[in-house]
Amino acid sequence: MTVVLAAVAALLFGLGTYLLLQRKLSRIIIGLGLLTHGANVLLITAGRRGSPPIIGGDERAFADPLPQALALTAIVITFGVTSLLLALAYRSWQLTDDDEVQDDVADRAVARADVVHAEVEDQEQVIAREEQP
Amino acid sequence: MNWLVPLPIVLPLAGAAVSILVGRSRVAQRVVGISVLAALVVVSIVLLVQVDRNGTLVVHAGGRPAPLGITLVADRFAAVLLAVAEITLFAVLVYAIGEPGTERNHVGFQSAYLVLAAGVGASFLTGDLFNLFVAFEMMLTASYVLLTMGGRGEQVRAGMTYVVISLIASTLFVTALALVYSATGTVDLADLAGRMDTLPVGVRSMFAVLLLVVFGIKAAVFPLSFWLPDAYPTAPSPITAVFAGLLTKVGVYAIVRTQLLVFAPDSRPDTLLLVVAGFTMVVGVLGAIAQDDLQRILSFTIVSQVGYLVMGLGFSTEAGVAAVVFSVVHHVLATTSLFLVAGLIEHHGGSSWLRRIGGMVRTAPFLAAMFLVSALSMAGVPPLSGFISKFALVSAGISDRQYVVVGVALVVSILTLFSVIRIWTGAFWSPPEEAPERVAGPTNRAGGPPWMVVPTVALVTCSLAVAVFAGPLYSFSQRAAADLMDRDAYIEAVHGG
Repeated sequence: MTVVLAAVAALLFGLGTYLLLQRKLSRIIIGLGLLTHGANVLLITAGRRGSPPIIGGDERAFADPLPQALALTAIVITFGVTSLLLALAYRSWQLTDDDEVQDDVADRAVARADVVHAEVEDQEQVIAREEQP
Repeated sequence: MNWLVPLPIVLPLAGAAVSILVGRSRVAQRVVGISVLAALVVVSIVLLVQVDRNGTLVVHAGGRPAPLGITLVADRFAAVLLAVAEITLFAVLVYAIGEPGTERNHVGFQSAYLVLAAGVGASFLTGDLFNLFVAFEMMLTASYVLLTMGGRGEQVRAGMTYVVISLIASTLFVTALALVYSATGTVDLADLAGRMDTLPVGVRSMFAVLLLVVFGIKAAVFPLSFWLPDAYPTAPSPITAVFAGLLTKVGVYAIVRTQLLVFAPDSRPDTLLLVVAGFTMVVGVLGAIAQDDLQRILSFTIVSQVGYLVMGLGFSTEAGVAAVVFSVVHHVLATTSLFLVAGLIEHHGGSSWLRRIGGMVRTAPFLAAMFLVSALSMAGVPPLSGFISKFALVSAGISDRQYVVVGVALVVSILTLFSVIRIWTGAFWSPPEEAPERVAGPTNRAGGPPWMVVPTVALVTCSLAVAVFAGPLYSFSQRAAADLMDRDAYIEAVHGG
């Protein structure tokens, strides 16, 4: 049982990390969802599990309720933050008509300054050429 | 006086709820916000005096004892940070009300700000690793709202990065909690401190580093600091000020608390702390030198200042920790006042780009004086509080024989001076090279609207007071450090109280 849960957590972490490294906002958000699920599965794995929830007087007979309570709290928090992220992604799409993460303006300004490396300049020209129809 | 301990969490949360209810009237919202934070300033100072006189105060919420109930612990370190944080939050709220913009245009500002205050208070007071997670989330969720309030393009972009990074840190926190719970069977900090010692040293070191990574993201420690200079400058200036002054320091507080309380000296990653501290200082200050935007220069400067705090912890001696306690107090006040002055400069000049503003020494001489005091304090020029903080850190480092990192700290201090002097010449002396993108605000001799200037002056004065009363404050820091190094006393206070 522990091996199965650990494998599920590992799989969720792996998939989540992969999606997180994409440039599309929607994928990043799905990746974060998977990642937090992985953490919650791990949290459930942490306590004594597999038994029924609290019934009767014998404390050995039921599953450890604490990790479940912790996981519930974590799920609620993630739910709230994910909906905020979705709202932000929608706003970003409204503003730019695109789902991609935008470049940082000031970073580009610093890159364009006198100290710029020749390679960066070349790259910028390539980008400028591509942007022209 | 135990009943005072939950107030820094309960009062602002209640205030946030009331603030939503009276959302139709901005005046009523302001009355609620200001009276709650003013009350908290008083409460936290009373708490500080009580804790210093009678020792650690412990409250078991709901009357259940330590491992089962929700424990709130106010020791000297938590109490002093709480007092400084409430003073800062109060001053910044007044500043935000005075500034044309954010607070006036958004009905949710006051309640989000109060939730942020509750989260900061809860992070300092909690005695439980999971409640620390909840407190962090409370603080961060409020900060997401404050950061993206207005929904402008750059805010959304920077906000996305910030939310995603913070969420990854939170996920890592949950992961760390799961691993800690499965290894020890508890998440109560005092219980953990006892049970952690029974684990093999390798496992303990792994936990120490994992928690360091989790809090290192929030505290912006290299190499986890890349998000900060990107995210913070896009927020309205009072918000940037409170984020820069408080949120990173809450991360530093969590690092200090967990490393010193939960882990025995043999499993603390001291060398790692010193190495990342050195890199944080250097990378932060070099970033600051490369920038031309006022807010971004200062954001990079905070990153490099966090390095100093981590360095003090890395010495792992009582002198080092005492220097960290003193420095955190200094940094919160100095950073916040510097950002408030930067907000005034932006308001006065109509731009935050150094090439677009200039000559303010004639148009706003008072602003120039305030900037000079906070900037020199940040760089560590005597006799200001920054000098005392850096002197304490360097002297702790030399007595611990860590000459390399001390050398780095001294060089970085000079570079910090260089980066703030660039702002000094760019904003106050040289003529602007380009026209600002916005029309400058109405000018007067003080440099801005009175509701913005007064809190800024108050914080600069507090920062000066840290230097004037450095003797008593430093001996307090030493007592706080002795508390922090004595794990048994903390466990005794929580379980015996």
